[in-house]
Amino acid sequence: MVKVRIWGSLQKATDNKEFVEVEAQNFKQLLDNLSLKYPKLKPQITRGVSVAIDGMIYRNSWFTPIKPENEVVLMPYMVGG
Amino acid sequence: MSPLDNTYEKQFKVIGTRPPRPDGIEKVTGKAQYGADLYVPDMLYAKILRSPHPHAKIISIDTSEAEKLDGVKAVITSKDFSKFSENKPSDTLVNCIAHEKALYDGHCVAAVAALSNTIAKSALKLINVEYEILPHVTDVDEAMKTDSPIVNKGYVLENVPKGFSENVTSYYEFGHGDLDNGFNNADLIVERTFKTEAAHQGYIEPHACLASMTPDGKADLWCCTQGHYNVRALCADIMGMESSQLRVTPSEIGGGFGGKTTIFIEPIALALSLKSGKPVKLVMTRDEVFKATGPTVSSSMDVKIGMTKDGIITAGEAHLRYQGGAFPNGTVEMGAQSAFAAYDLKAVRTKGWNVLTNRPKQAAYRAPGAPQAIYAVESVVDELCQKLNLDPLEIRIKNAAKKGTKSSYGPTFDDIGLIATLEAAQKHPHYLAPLAENQGRGLSCGFWFNFGGDTCVTLNVNFDGTIGVTEGNPDIGGSRASISQMAAEELGISYDKVRTIIADTNSLGHNEVTDGSRVTFAVGLATIKAARAAIKEMCKRASLIWGIDEDAVRWENGSAIPAGPNAGQFDPMSIEEIAALSSQTGGPIAGHHEVNAEGAGVSFGVHLADVEVDKETGSTKVIRYTVFQDAGKAIHPSYVEGQMQGGAVQGIGWALNEEYIYGKDGRLQNAGFLDYRIPVASDLPMIEPVILEIPNPGHPYGVRGVGETSIVPPLAAINNAVSRATNIRFSELPLSPPKVLSSLKKELKDG
Amino acid sequence: MSQVHIKTKINGDNIEFLCDPEETLLDILRDKLHLTGTKEGCGTGDCGACSITLDGKLVCSCLVLGAEADNSEISTIEGMSNGEKLHPLQQKFLDHAALQCGVCTPGILVAAKSLLEKNPDPTESEVRYWLAGNLCRCTGYDKIIKAVLDAAKEMRG
Ligand code: FES
Ligand code: FES
Repeated sequence: MVKVRIWGSLQKATDNKEFVEVEAQNFKQLLDNLSLKYPKLKPQITRGVSVAIDGMIYRNSWFTPIKPENEVVLMPYMVGG
Repeated sequence: MSPLDNTYEKQFKVIGTRPPRPDGIEKVTGKAQYGADLYVPDMLYAKILRSPHPHAKIISIDTSEAEKLDGVKAVITSKDFSKFSENKPSDTLVNCIAHEKALYDGHCVAAVAALSNTIAKSALKLINVEYEILPHVTDVDEAMKTDSPIVNKGYVLENVPKGFSENVTSYYEFGHGDLDNGFNNADLIVERTFKTEAAHQGYIEPHACLASMTPDGKADLWCCTQGHYNVRALCADIMGMESSQLRVTPSEIGGGFGGKTTIFIEPIALALSLKSGKPVKLVMTRDEVFKATGPTVSSSMDVKIGMTKDGIITAGEAHLRYQGGAFPNGTVEMGAQSAFAAYDLKAVRTKGWNVLTNRPKQAAYRAPGAPQAIYAVESVVDELCQKLNLDPLEIRIKNAAKKGTKSSYGPTFDDIGLIATLEAAQKHPHYLAPLAENQGRGLSCGFWFNFGGDTCVTLNVNFDGTIGVTEGNPDIGGSRASISQMAAEELGISYDKVRTIIADTNSLGHNEVTDGSRVTFAVGLATIKAARAAIKEMCKRASLIWGIDEDAVRWENGSAIPAGPNAGQFDPMSIEEIAALSSQTGGPIAGHHEVNAEGAGVSFGVHLADVEVDKETGSTKVIRYTVFQDAGKAIHPSYVEGQMQGGAVQGIGWALNEEYIYGKDGRLQNAGFLDYRIPVASDLPMIEPVILEIPNPGHPYGVRGVGETSIVPPLAAINNAVSRATNIRFSELPLSPPKVLSSLKKELKDG
Repeated sequence: MSQVHIKTKINGDNIEFLCDPEETLLDILRDKLHLTGTKEGCGTGDCGACSITLDGKLVCSCLVLGAEADNSEISTIEGMSNGEKLHPLQQKFLDHAALQCGVCTPGILVAAKSLLEKNPDPTESEVRYWLAGNLCRCTGYDKIIKAVLDAAKEMRG
């Protein structure tokens, strides 16, 4: 199980839970299982999210490994200039 | 990547030196070809007709008279784009050409291609557009009200709380901890509302392109852009083409800063070329650049921060309202995540609303969304320090985010260089230099995320042992030099043996736009990996020649050598020798690397600004300015300094003068460099750059992006300096002379 | 309206052209003569990217009509180096990394050359005020000013 932190306004989609747990060994599984478990997360996940794993922000590399001991934080998809 | 790959502790030979840039001579002799510099046989010149109304229904467009004018070869409107009839126009297309509604002053409604610019201009006057004028809104707070005119329907996301107009398209909230408790523990709370106006990226080169499209659906497009692969993707979609049939070649680029990450005129030129059957060149005027390309968002923000007497921040809260023009954007969430990034806080909450108005669609501008939010936060922190009589730099060190801090946007920080950067500022002579009357010193932290992204690099070992590097990101500020340096470093050869070029879209795989401060980081990383692949192949060739095992060969100082005493006795084979024999040993040698680079590493900066305010005129002069920034590792220090200095000056301009001014009629009143005043040489002192190098664990040499962070701190640094010089707390940018003067006068009257 | 026949000397060469009465000298240089080193940043005299000298005087070529250039001598960035040998200003701009995107560079070099011809030993503020009409959005001017001062020093010998 991976513990995922959900940002404030997105917690509406997770029954106001700041932390949710899903089964995942990588970025892709994380997103898939979050969408399955919390269907209301789906629109945001489809629009795009980044995931911070132990402080490092990943934008879309599906097969980035995630381990149970990692700190995992969902973030909006990053844009730059 | 395993940390063992990282070599940032070794002694570099090429990295950190300041060699001349490979494109330098072309650029100082006028030979370099920018977007508008290409001419081809039988080429037409195009011009765009733009809406004079901020919001209007387009009833009809009559182009018949224009078409009849001698020398006119094609006239187009939205009808010429099939995506509109298929009901599938993207926001990008609707921004490029208005369909049923003109959404802002300057929105393109039609375009002409003719034998000359003069004819094209005359033809525009013959196009007759019938408009039905609609009510408009250009102010963010007005646009949020339930009774506001609605700019563009159907964009509201599911997460937007009730109580606003349909112009509010998205809502974000971040943070942690107990705010109420935090504010209860504060000895002083300051709460203020701030405003910033939209600023334009202000690149000196207007958008320009040259398109040539044939009826079989093939096209060549030359344009100035920060990312030609993105241009290809967007244009191919709009024109209904396959990517492979559209070759985009990037010209040299005369500045972008985020503003050239998308398209504005390219589909127009393609459609005109298709219709006329000739190559079409389209160059924007400066007036068009201001009216129809992306400035930043403008903002309205409330910030509340509590502090104890000894300077501990107990809680911080920010509400950010950003308008980004007539289409939705993703800026406020970046601001809301960045606002308090520099602080280690127990309780922090930020909320952000993205809002539509009848203004041009915002485009990214260096660290999009962060400068506004951090300006507001850093201004309040400074006010608290001033009121509590605390040293603002010490307080920032006391509260600074560091390794292990739970960041205001969620994740826990790894190695970051903020405290080192603040300490460098504290030790610098600038911080303690005396100030004279009417002078003030301001300071601010800045932060940006930085990104990597899709990147391809091919590195060819020529038969004479020199190196050709092919990459796919336009060189805006010397990146060819730093990429060549990294290739030379890795291969153990001298810089002048490497030449880096930028490929067109058909010569290399996809490369993300030059944005997010990504090029030195991501292209550098791919170059290093490509060089390592070439090295592996060269070691293999040496092993074949020597008749030993591949593993028994290693690479050192530009040569293959036997790996150890057991490998056998062979003289080193240099890259030249191996390259000269490559045909005989298996064929040409190359290395390549394709990656979606992640792990860019966040970056922090600290700026110190001294200003002098003329109390007679309200004008502010920057008299001393120092930039401290963590670059991870500076590959070419001159260009790192250049990014720090350039970003600082753009921020100074934003703080002091630059603003979009809309009249009641919703029209932009200052669409030119005379009235939209960017800093000129005589406005400024030298900008002293101090580079810190705290290696980024995500890059083999420790590189962090440096391009964006530098625009973040100046807004608050200047605001704090002016506020301290005048003893008046300002909360609206820009601090233009009339604004400062009226506050000074008011103070005199009241005080 | 019929075109005007104009005779000029550009970077030492005799050049003739026909122009529309309303065409600017900048348009002529770029669109007709393809001397594209001179850039257009604004077309309204506000950015200096189009700086050239006309009979020795520094002007914005976007504010001069092509027709006004009759019988004049024009120098543009293309005439600044002497064959392979760069002008000291050009060399110093490279040495000091005084350009990032480089689009302002031709105009700034032409303007700086004209300053040093008048005033071989300018102060920092004289350089700053002379170049105040040449916008650069990339560099913050710091390295440009240093390069000009250094070139001046070298040219004084
Ligand atoms: S183009 Fe002539 S001054 Fe800007
Ligand atoms: S170097 Fe880009 S505008 Fe000056």
